[in-house]
Amino acid sequence: MNDDLIIAGKPIRSRLITGSGKYRDDRIIKEVLEAAECDIITIALRRIDLDRPDDSILNHIPEGKILLPNTSGARNADEAVRIARLARAAGCGDWIKIEVINDQKYLLPDNQETLKATEELVKDGFVVLPYMSPELATARRLVDAGAAAVMPFGAPIGTNKGLRTLDLIEILVEEISIPVIVDAGIGRPSHAAQAMELGVDAILLNTAIASSKDPVAMAQAFKMAIRAGRYAYLAGPGAQSHNARPSSPMTGFLRDE
Amino acid sequence: MEFYRKLQEFKSFNLQSYLDSIAPHHIEAILAKDNVTELDFPALLSDAALEYLEPMAQRAATITRKQFGNVIFLFTPLYISNYCENTCRYCSFACTHNIERRHLSPREIREEAQKIGDTGMRHILLLTGESSKKATLEYITDAVALCRDYFSSIGIEIYPLTEEGYGRCVAEGVDSLTIYQEVYDETIYHELHRGGPKDNYRFRLEAPDRACRQNVHSLTIGALLGLHDFRKEAFALALHLRHIQNTWPATEVSVSLPRIRPLVQDFALPDPVSDKRFVQLLTAFRIAFPSVGITISTRESKEFRNNILPLGVTRMSAGVSTAVGGHSQAPSTTQFEIADSRSLEEMKRDLLRAGFQPVTYDWNSRLLINS
Repeated sequence: MNDDLIIAGKPIRSRLITGSGKYRDDRIIKEVLEAAECDIITIALRRIDLDRPDDSILNHIPEGKILLPNTSGARNADEAVRIARLARAAGCGDWIKIEVINDQKYLLPDNQETLKATEELVKDGFVVLPYMSPELATARRLVDAGAAAVMPFGAPIGTNKGLRTLDLIEILVEEISIPVIVDAGIGRPSHAAQAMELGVDAILLNTAIASSKDPVAMAQAFKMAIRAGRYAYLAGPGAQSHNARPSSPMTGFLRDE
Repeated sequence: MEFYRKLQEFKSFNLQSYLDSIAPHHIEAILAKDNVTELDFPALLSDAALEYLEPMAQRAATITRKQFGNVIFLFTPLYISNYCENTCRYCSFACTHNIERRHLSPREIREEAQKIGDTGMRHILLLTGESSKKATLEYITDAVALCRDYFSSIGIEIYPLTEEGYGRCVAEGVDSLTIYQEVYDETIYHELHRGGPKDNYRFRLEAPDRACRQNVHSLTIGALLGLHDFRKEAFALALHLRHIQNTWPATEVSVSLPRIRPLVQDFALPDPVSDKRFVQLLTAFRIAFPSVGITISTRESKEFRNNILPLGVTRMSAGVSTAVGGHSQAPSTTQFEIADSRSLEEMKRDLLRAGFQPVTYDWNSRLLINS
């Protein structure tokens, strides 16, 4: 069965998107990406030397991957738009992850500015994936603005706390017609599996792999957990209940009359 | 509220008796919680906390790895002028010293920038003494403009400016400001900086606010450790950090913890900070301020810097000369003694060996300005 994730009309085989920051050594990135088998790689434009692109982290990213530059460092919509355009000019393609953060303590996104940047960049022909606080009204506006996906956080960036915003994400999964990708907060493979079981379309994570003792093994673990969660979602898990349900019911003796 | 007023409010707070009241169970409780409060921070500097140095270090290392990964950002300072009208008693650039004064011409700045740029370094920090007549604002913004040809990120560590002055620097391409209050205790501040423009305590204290109002992208503040009881200074610095975080949440903030090594002969350091106390201070900052960058200067020895790397450090200088023109010309008077003289190449190699990724490019001022 073909179960590709479709973003902006493009089929994506892997539902794991990972990043490239926080590693001890950039040379390990290639191995991690191979183990994770991801098709989309996110990278902060602030880490690509605009004057010397050959001498950057881009060298460690294998051919054939979709590059998803992010606007890390942007504090408002104007800065995000500017960074997105510089990313395109630097040869990073048309995909952009909008990250507008104006609180360095919690690194939570500014939905209002994110929406403004999305509107502008969609008009400019970008495939826009906005990182957002999980909130239905903004998510709907992002869909209207032409976003290619919405990317709510599960918990603040780098915290590894898991799906703290679970109820809100469930609502987005139910209500939003474009892909919902949980971005940030996923700390363990079990968190990723849980999100996928709920019907989330993909997971973007970085710290959980990069800060693990063995990033390559952890990348594999996440790949498998995300697949398991996806299969479970497609299979349709049984309903949960508080009380036990006996497999030999008490009214089994009754016959249809 | 303006920070000067906020600091005044804490004048009646008896820090010493608070520190004396801290017992082991207080430290255990602080180490077990997620959000460290305004008064938890000084508790981590108490004598009682010294017994918990190892768990503090473990906690600091975990937070750092989670927050910043295994990455150390590197920068190189470039001294362009040592003319100074101040009388800072601990500084060899003070106007009371009869030293060779130098002031790099635009051509010389280019030579220095080229030399540093050739090492692969992309982050530069421009430094001057405090002489607004010699190192005028125009001289500084011209230097910034020249440096843009060689560096992606330009910081300044110069005398405090007016808000308009910071606005001009930001417009020219400055993305980060480093400014130390030197000493937060107002009385000692005036004793150490009699006469000269630096005498204006409040103008210096509120300089970071003026720069943030002009949208500077990142900010480093600090106090010179050794001039006064480090606990009192660290407490004031922590209040300052919190004030900046609350007032300017979008600004990327770092703190710098320089233990000074004066080269001035008749100045004895009043309150030297031991290695053990320094580690206590470093880890306390990391635990209380997980998202804040921490800079360690070349005043620390290579061995010591290597040892404290995992405990919270995120930024270091490399390939440093504290003399004006020290990268391309015969050395003149240095501002302070460098204990770690590793070149950028050596620093990168040592960091990789220790399991850290040296980052010489993390920001481009072009991301924000029209150039």
